[in-house]
Amino acid sequence: MKSNGQLKITHKKDLSFFEKLYITEIFKGIKLTLTQVFRPKFTRQYPEERWNPPASFRGRPVLVEQDGVERCVACGLCARVCPALAIEVQASETEYWKERYPVKFEINMLRCIFCGFCEEVCPEEAIVMSKEYELTFYSQEEAIFGKDKLLVPAEKLKDRLEFLRKYR
Amino acid sequence: MDILIILIKIAVVLVAFLTTVAYVVLLERRLAAGIQNRIGPNRVGWQGVLQPLADVVKLVMKEDIVPVNANRFLHDFAPIISIIAALVTFAVIPFGNTIELFGQQIKLQIASVNIGVLFILAFASLGVYGVTLSGWSSNNKYSLLGGLRAAAQMISYELSMGLSIIGIIMIAGTLELDKIVAAQHGWMWNCILQPIGFITFVVAAFAETNRTPFDLPEAEQELVAGYHTEYTGLKFGLFYLAEYANMLTSSALITTLYLGGWQIPYAETFGIEPFWLSVFQVMAFCVKTILVVVFFIVIRWTIPRFRYDQLMKLGWKVMLPLSVLNILLTGLVLLFLN
Repeated sequence: MKSNGQLKITHKKDLSFFEKLYITEIFKGIKLTLTQVFRPKFTRQYPEERWNPPASFRGRPVLVEQDGVERCVACGLCARVCPALAIEVQASETEYWKERYPVKFEINMLRCIFCGFCEEVCPEEAIVMSKEYELTFYSQEEAIFGKDKLLVPAEKLKDRLEFLRKYR
Repeated sequence: MDILIILIKIAVVLVAFLTTVAYVVLLERRLAAGIQNRIGPNRVGWQGVLQPLADVVKLVMKEDIVPVNANRFLHDFAPIISIIAALVTFAVIPFGNTIELFGQQIKLQIASVNIGVLFILAFASLGVYGVTLSGWSSNNKYSLLGGLRAAAQMISYELSMGLSIIGIIMIAGTLELDKIVAAQHGWMWNCILQPIGFITFVVAAFAETNRTPFDLPEAEQELVAGYHTEYTGLKFGLFYLAEYANMLTSSALITTLYLGGWQIPYAETFGIEPFWLSVFQVMAFCVKTILVVVFFIVIRWTIPRFRYDQLMKLGWKVMLPLSVLNILLTGLVLLFLN
């Protein structure tokens, strides 16, 4: 061990007679291991007890739905920035005040890498990462999420939206 | 009639023994989980009580793979040797006094062999062949190393095991296990009379059963799975069963030789009916054995593995002189007492 430039020598203490016998030490060890049995467990009983992720968690990306309409204006930035090419957007015109909307918005969840770039790049705060982390499919077609699965009301995404406003 | 009684005894003991072995596996898994602050298997049935059954079904359904260059015959034969050696030893262990059932005096021991101790030593060392042959026949370097280690280890520890039993034989004056148990009436348990012999025997028993800290033959960090690396399905299951059966047999043996067997101290003076007294004695035997099994399990999760040279050093330089010393001390004490 080195401290203020000088080498400090520490001698290892010799074992006492009883420590050399090894048997008393074994019983000390057993005492330690057995006391662990009565301590609280770390296991989460998963399907029954689920984890509630914090707001900073990046789960599956979803489209924010406000007043029954998606915020998305189909600018296509998310599709452009997506490193895994998971997002496909088709724009169209609408009578509504925002003038543009996506006719088709698809995220291939087998391609998505949960990087959150789409959320970062979005000018309308229309696509955010949700807290959902349980994503399983029986077929590849099922893994392509359309607008029906992606649209989530803004009230349900309050945590994430607040987090984005605070820390970005 | 005698044959019928023996057959019934064999059936009852075998079923009870194998069930206990299955639940010792579950006990080990739950206890290990507890020591590591986990919960362990608790899904199959209430608190995981059906887990052993599910494991057996899984092992039976698995594909049986024999490596291309393996010796087919020995590869199939090795697990059978292991399991036979583990099971046969239990035949001579008395698990209770005589019991009166349907007007018959029944001795609670499958075979009362007059050289019981020698029988046990003989079959305990037979178990090595299973391990060594499996390592040799698999044609795999890890298996071979495991087998070699098992052979060297068991030869070293067989000696101190045999020598520590001699102390007991000197006290009891017989090789019959039921008489050795009968000699331990009251608190005259051999673990109190022979503390050194008790310690050397327990350590040797750990080495014989390949349990940590002496589990070098299967040391998973260095040898993958040791001698049973190339085994799958039911043959692997047999090795697994043999390991736990060995553990249970060794615990029963430690109980019989050192912890008074089925004896409850001064139980004859409590004035219980003879039939119930026998039942309680069998229960006492079971409780003692299970406690030793728990000791085996806790030791596994407490002490790290020995290095190979440390193992040999302990075996030849510590255990052997200690067990010889034990014989000398026992002889001297017996000489001065008589």
